[in-house]
Amino acid sequence: MSLQAALVANGTAVPLADIPEGSVPQLRSLILEKVAGGSHLASFFPFMNGDRTMLMAVLTNPEEGGLAVGMAPVGDSYTSLTPECAEAHLFEREIAENCGIVPRGHPWLKPVRFTGTVADDRLPASFFDRRVGAMDFFRVEGEEIHEVAVGPVHAGVIEPGHFRFQCHGEEVIHLEISLGYQHRGAEMMLRSAPIRRGRYIAETVAGDTSCGHGLAYAMTVEALAGLPVPDSADRVRAIGLELERIANHTGDLGALSGDVGFLPTASFCGRLRGDILNLTALIAGNRFGRGLIVPGGVGYYIDNAMAGTIRERLVTAWKDIRGAVDLLFRRPSVLARFEETGTVPRHTADHLGLVGPAARASGLEVDVRHELPTGIYRREEFPLELQGEGDVLARARQRYAEMATSVAFIDRLLQEDCAAPRPVNPDDIVLRPDHFAVSLVEGWRGQVCHVGLTGGDGLFHAYKIVDPSFHNWTGLAMALRGQLISDFPLCNKSFNLSYCGFDL
Amino acid sequence: MSQTILSIVMFILTLALCPLLPGIVNRVKARCAGRTGQPLLQKYYDLGKLVRKDVVYSTTATWIFRACPVAVLGGALAAALTPFGRGGALVSFQGDFLIWAGALTLARLFMILAALDAGSAFTGMGASREAWFAVLAEPAIFLAMAALAVISHQFSMTGFFLALTPETTSRHFMALLFAALALFVVSLAENARIPVDDPTTHLELTMIHEAMILDHSGPDLAIIEYGAALKLWVMASLAVGAAVPVDIGSWWLDAGCFLVGLFVFAVLLGIVESVMARLKLNRVPQFLVGAAVLAAISVILVARSA
Repeated sequence: MSLQAALVANGTAVPLADIPEGSVPQLRSLILEKVAGGSHLASFFPFMNGDRTMLMAVLTNPEEGGLAVGMAPVGDSYTSLTPECAEAHLFEREIAENCGIVPRGHPWLKPVRFTGTVADDRLPASFFDRRVGAMDFFRVEGEEIHEVAVGPVHAGVIEPGHFRFQCHGEEVIHLEISLGYQHRGAEMMLRSAPIRRGRYIAETVAGDTSCGHGLAYAMTVEALAGLPVPDSADRVRAIGLELERIANHTGDLGALSGDVGFLPTASFCGRLRGDILNLTALIAGNRFGRGLIVPGGVGYYIDNAMAGTIRERLVTAWKDIRGAVDLLFRRPSVLARFEETGTVPRHTADHLGLVGPAARASGLEVDVRHELPTGIYRREEFPLELQGEGDVLARARQRYAEMATSVAFIDRLLQEDCAAPRPVNPDDIVLRPDHFAVSLVEGWRGQVCHVGLTGGDGLFHAYKIVDPSFHNWTGLAMALRGQLISDFPLCNKSFNLSYCGFDL
Repeated sequence: MSQTILSIVMFILTLALCPLLPGIVNRVKARCAGRTGQPLLQKYYDLGKLVRKDVVYSTTATWIFRACPVAVLGGALAAALTPFGRGGALVSFQGDFLIWAGALTLARLFMILAALDAGSAFTGMGASREAWFAVLAEPAIFLAMAALAVISHQFSMTGFFLALTPETTSRHFMALLFAALALFVVSLAENARIPVDDPTTHLELTMIHEAMILDHSGPDLAIIEYGAALKLWVMASLAVGAAVPVDIGSWWLDAGCFLVGLFVFAVLLGIVESVMARLKLNRVPQFLVGAAVLAAISVILVARSA
């Protein structure tokens, strides 16, 4: 008998007492049933409720128009979900690392971020070793197998991460990705920070998703405080989010081009990404949109003159981007590199619970703006872009298509009033005690999930962030199977996942 | 007499000007991409910088690693044997092209051994790819040489190109064109250019030539970089010699035309690199076998008309 889950709308709060509590087996069968029915795990984490440790599962449930939430008190171990539900595997490793709760039967139990905080001899030794990456990697045995270790220090200005390839000649048999080098304790800081400071932390969870995480944080706080957000502020927020999407997709298409040695598009897109970022700077005074989205509204509004300038400059930039990207897609030698490289079939993407453009490139119909819309996305029709092949070309095309819809969407939003009133003073925001709130935002990489729980004192008692990269890194590892090792940078760029968003 | 002087002048020019070719290629690529690009003389600056630095050796490296830069200078020996159009080579004898190919291969052998010696997974991968592609490039070179040998009835490289008068050229136009094309394709592969390799990438996993030299530093790296520029010049000389057999009559004008030909070759290389992406690694063999087929067609055309 599975748990009857509570249905919570995206971006809303419910009293913690309204969330049904069952046993761990009931929670397990809830998750398995929902995932089998097409839902995906948005978040799965432990928290302290009084003196009991609880496991809480948050699942997307677009058929019923919300998120299915359930929880169960847990002892020091439980039967692992991973063998039956692959998308839970990182969540369960995280639970073991954070609380020392052992998921029995987990096939690959290792720490995620190497915090070294758990001292429990039922867990592998790597859990209490604070040296990041100190652990055994999956090995393929054989005389002709060779192992290639890349990172954590890379050539170029990129974040640290370790990649371990098992190769036969040029062919990759298995890739294991080990991260955790950038763990800063963002969730812990958000738990203790006052609202005034919270948004700064949220915006830096992943610097290239400032608007995405900033919006998810703002929505969580607003839900818990019962703060209304004016329509005009919702419009400015959506503009910030979509500009972020266009800028990052432009940069990534250029980087994809650079990785196959096709320099014209690489150079053009590098500049054009700057043009888009400058539009964000025009609104918020900085290129990454920091401070644009604040709890209760927006930090900056767009007046009519500025709206005109943005529309004009966006049209010019979009024309240039189209020119540069069409150049890329028209080049047979580029298509030969992109096609059938790093393919993630639909069933694999579904099985791993991929999100964002990477999932849509494999044909999965997942998009928060479409499934669980909030804010202005609820009122405006947002078309869902889909590819199906799941290879590098599909991911590139997916991004291009999404940029086109974002440009049209921004243009539509700018035709209406974007002059939002000043938001409330963050020090005046009071969170309701003993409440649960969840907010999903479709960031440019995919579904950004923030869950906030308040205690009896009206302060954050637990705060859980799931960056889209958390779902998608495994997708990259699977994409590499049977590929040439020299195609790894190309596959990696087609996902372009966040290290710090994962490491938190 | 004047032939000897010209050969010496051309050899000195080769040694002095070869770092200019990568500069031209980079400039063209930058222009095609809408950028200003680095200075034409950047390679000289880089070499100067590297010479002033210290060398760092891996603790696992043996004498092979240290001997590598010396062996790379074998490329200079190949340069001495390379005829520059009608200018002829500094040294020329029957069958010299075998020594020429041998000198380049020796340099490569040491590069590969030194890469394995350093013990890094990246350099080893680069070495494996280098060896794989070198084997496939060789038939194209020798078949193109064979075509030139049949046309000229000569067995030395200087002889090949001296025999290319306007009359023989017009008779064997197609054969020479195919031979020059084959040499052009091979020089893309041999000199780590797009579509075979990407000289600008920082991604170790995709590198071939660049991966092999990751562990070299300081003056050693300067020698290897210089050797690479020299090799580019040498390969270009062959392709230009076969494709543009200029015979104006004046030694100096011929030499001038030849230099212009080399610079045009560099521009062409830059354009090729700008308009196409790199091949997938497992497609490179087909590309090189294609070059061998072009060279084979050249031989067949020559044999038919001979």
